[in-house]
Order: sequence, then structure tokens, then C-alpha cells
Amino acid sequence: MIYMDHSATSPVKKEVFEVMKPYLKESYGNASTFYSLGREAKVAMENARENVAKLIGANPEEIIFTSGGTESDNIAIQGIAYKLQSKGKHIITSSIEHPAVIETCKGLENKGFKVSYLPVYKNGIIKISDLKKAIADETILITIMHANNEIGTIQPIAEIGEVAKKHDIKFHCDGVQSVGKIPVDVNKLNVDLLSVSAHKLHGPKGVGALYIKKGTKLKPILFGGGQENDLSPGTENIPGIVGLAKACEIAKLELENNFTYLTNLQEKLIDGVLDNIEESYLNGDREKRLPGNVNFRFTGIEGESIVLMLDSKGIAGSTGSACSSKKLTPSHVLKAIGLEDLDSHGSLRLTIGMENNEEEVITVIEEIKSIVETLRSMSPLWKKK
Amino acid sequence: MYTEKVMDHFTNPRNVGEIENADGEGTVGNPTCGDVMTIYIKVKDNVLEDIKFKTFGCGAAIATSSMITELAIGKTIEEALKITKNHVAEALEGLPKTKMHCSNLAADALKAAIENYKSKK
Ligand SMILES: Cc1ncc(COP(=O)(O)O)c(C=O)c1O
Ligand code: FES
Repeated sequence: MIYMDHSATSPVKKEVFEVMKPYLKESYGNASTFYSLGREAKVAMENARENVAKLIGANPEEIIFTSGGTESDNIAIQGIAYKLQSKGKHIITSSIEHPAVIETCKGLENKGFKVSYLPVYKNGIIKISDLKKAIADETILITIMHANNEIGTIQPIAEIGEVAKKHDIKFHCDGVQSVGKIPVDVNKLNVDLLSVSAHKLHGPKGVGALYIKKGTKLKPILFGGGQENDLSPGTENIPGIVGLAKACEIAKLELENNFTYLTNLQEKLIDGVLDNIEESYLNGDREKRLPGNVNFRFTGIEGESIVLMLDSKGIAGSTGSACSSKKLTPSHVLKAIGLEDLDSHGSLRLTIGMENNEEEVITVIEEIKSIVETLRSMSPLWKKK
Repeated sequence: MYTEKVMDHFTNPRNVGEIENADGEGTVGNPTCGDVMTIYIKVKDNVLEDIKFKTFGCGAAIATSSMITELAIGKTIEEALKITKNHVAEALEGLPKTKMHCSNLAADALKAAIENYKSKK
């Protein structure tokens, strides 16, 4: 199989799995207990906190562990909103956020908050001037993702952070797709809160972290036994946390190397497809893009069919086509970059990872070419000129 | 999520293409997700002698198009008009709930092609 859906999830690295194993078997203690088995778990967790903090240039005290990107986004956004609602009830976000952010914002709209969704234009990137215009006296939070999960575009986070700081507005960034793949330093990026998820960087599913800048106060949205500063209560997922930390440690060591490797494969894939298939296009900015992310569209055919045919050739990819979504609506990200419904229908996302190689990229280009031809020959919307 | 039968008809669709000088031709669009299907029919002595289709749509849309051509070929016009989306879905050994509307498209396209044939007579 050729797995090219790393933005959906990534395989757990062997080294990550190995460090997790003891905490599933012999070292199964509850980190809140005081006997040695529990202390062992507690020590592992605190070491893990250091490794996660290091990857993003934070202090360990500024990291809480969560059940993943979705929980981190919820704790951050709702936590700030409810904490600061007496100051104002306005939030600014972008129109291409992950559902974990968009749906949280929608939920807050139902509670009387106002949310501005910044446009991203054809290249998939917000404009700082739009952000400045959207800021009002009541604005309490800006939440904008670092790298987009569908089209990989990278937002000007440091600049956004600067604007936020100047206006004394809290800034949350969903870094789920970017952390471990491009340099992320919370201080350089001027963020107050940053969400991380382990399974996007070769760690296990169901575990993540939230960076909370020292002095930033959040109102808890989950209630329980007080773990993780009362913000993410519940018995700690030690195997997951240890796995996340190992994944972060490796990502930090390999970041530069991986960046070069993935960018090279990405360029080959983009050129190979655009040069060999007529009426094929790249969605989103070509330069300001996550290494490894490719999102094409092909005129006259539908994405779910492309993905199914790729699957029958042993290649895993994904699409933003309406047909593939539960609600039968096209991807809001592709809509936000101005694509007509018909065009987003023919979208194909491939996200390359470190296990992929050049040979696989060449195979994938060939298979896509023949699949696009087959589907076009069946399409009433494709008339050969 | 798709049955083997659906995957079979998706990967090896029967009767894809166009019929030149078709006796009837029907194109319908899907209001739910925006997909499009065209069916061409050749009629002889009130029997559907040949059917071809072209579809822009998901795996289920392609499989249902293929299946409806198989179900309808050799049938009389009257028999063919009785084919419903449920017949198509059953012949495919079931479709996911969210994909039932795709088989609607196939049944409607066939009807449209037959209407077109009748209107020409
Ligand atoms: C940008 C972004 N944010 C949040 C999430 C949710 O993360 P998780 O799956 O860990 O809840 C994802 C992944 O699905 C994502 O890509
Ligand atoms: S044709 Fe769009 S979901 Fe089947």
C-alpha cells in the first residue's frame, strides 16, 4: 500500500510504540497516586511535558495534556470566551478552520457571542488588513490555524500574534497540522494558546497538548478530578502522553531533514501531475504550504470516485468532494478559496509522509493519470476538445 | 462502506459510453450533491435494445448507472419504467443510507431517456 493521507493521521513510529509499551503493561500506575507505581507514571508524565514544551519553545508548566486536537481547541476557545465574556463577546477566526474550531465558534454564537470569519482569498491565506478591520472593542479572542489540514496553506501567525498583542486580545492557534513539520516557536509566533495532536506527528491517537502561555487564565469547560490544572480532568493517559513526547522529541531532531525530504517529493508530485494531466490544478498557495501537502482538482470528474479507484490500486488519499462528506456539501475550505461546487467536486488531497519515497510518487502520478482518463471517459461533463 | 457488488460495478462499469443516433437521451442532475448522469437508449419493437450511460459522480452513482443499464436492457418500455431506485439498490446488495439519492439519479435518468424517446415518436 502507498499511504498518502498523513494529514488525516500518520503511522505510529516504532520508537514511539516502544516507549509506550511499558506504560500499557507493567508501569500501569495512576499518576495521581503516591506509591511507587504511581510516582513512576508521574515522573514519566513530567518528562514528557518537557519534551513537548521543547519542541514548541515553551516551558513545561505551560503545557497541559489533553485527549487530542479537538479537546485542545475546545478548552482554549471556550475557556477564553467564558473567562473574558464580561470584557466583550467578539471572536475572530478564519473561514478555513478545522471543524474542531468552527463548530466550537458556532456553539459560542448560539450562546450570544459574535464571530467574524475572515476570508482567505484564492491562495488560502488571510490578509492582515482584514484582521485589523475586524477588530472591535469587544474582541476578546483571535483563533486562527497555523497550517490548513486540506490545502496545507500556512497563515502569517507571527504577524497575527503581533496584532493581537498590540490590541491586548488573546490569540489561539490550532497547530495540529504544523507542529513537528515546520518550525513552531510559541514566542516567535506570539501565540497565547496553541493546540497540538499526537497522531499527526507519528504519535498515537487520542492524545494531544495545549500550550497555555504563563498568566493566561481559562474557564474550565470540563469538570472532574482536577488533573491538568483543572482544565483537562480525568486519569492521565500515560502511554499516550509518553508516546506524544517521544514523537515530539523525534520531530525536533528530524524537522529540518524531513522538511527538505518532503518538500522535494511534494514538488515532484505537483509537477508530475500538473505537467502530465490537462486541466489539472493545484488548490491553495504553492509556496506558503505545508511540506508534503498536495491538493489537486481535475475538471469533469468527482473526487470520491478518484479516491476509490486509487484505493483499488493500493493508494490512500482523500477528497473534499460533496459526495464524500456526510452532509453532502463540498469542503468549506475549497469554497473559501473561491472554487465553484463543480470544481471542488474534482478535488484530491494527497499528503506525503516520511515513509513515502520517489518511486511511490512516480507510481502515484501514473495511476492518477490513468484514473483521471478513465473517469473522464465516463463523464458527461468532459467533452474531449 | 460499499458492498462488493457496488465495487464490482464501480470498477468494471457495464455499458459506459454514448449511442450515436440514440432513440432517446435523458440527462438529470442531482440536486443533493450536484452530480450529473446521461442515459442513451436504443429501442426496437418497444424493447430497450441497447443502453449506455455517462456519469459524473461518486462510486455509488457510477455503480447504480451501470446496474440500471443491466436491469433495463431487454425490457419493454413499460417494464423499464417500473424500475425504481429501490430495485437498483437491492440489485447492488444495498447502498449506504447517505447514498440512496444516487440511485434516484439512475432511475430518473432512465425515465428521462424514455420520455425523450416517446416525445420523438
Ligand atoms: C487542523 C486540525 N485541527 C484539529 C484536528 C483534530 O485533532 P484530533 O483528531 O486529535 O482531535 C485536526 C485533525 O483531525 C486538524 O487537522
Ligand atoms: S453522486 Fe454525489 S453522493 Fe453519489
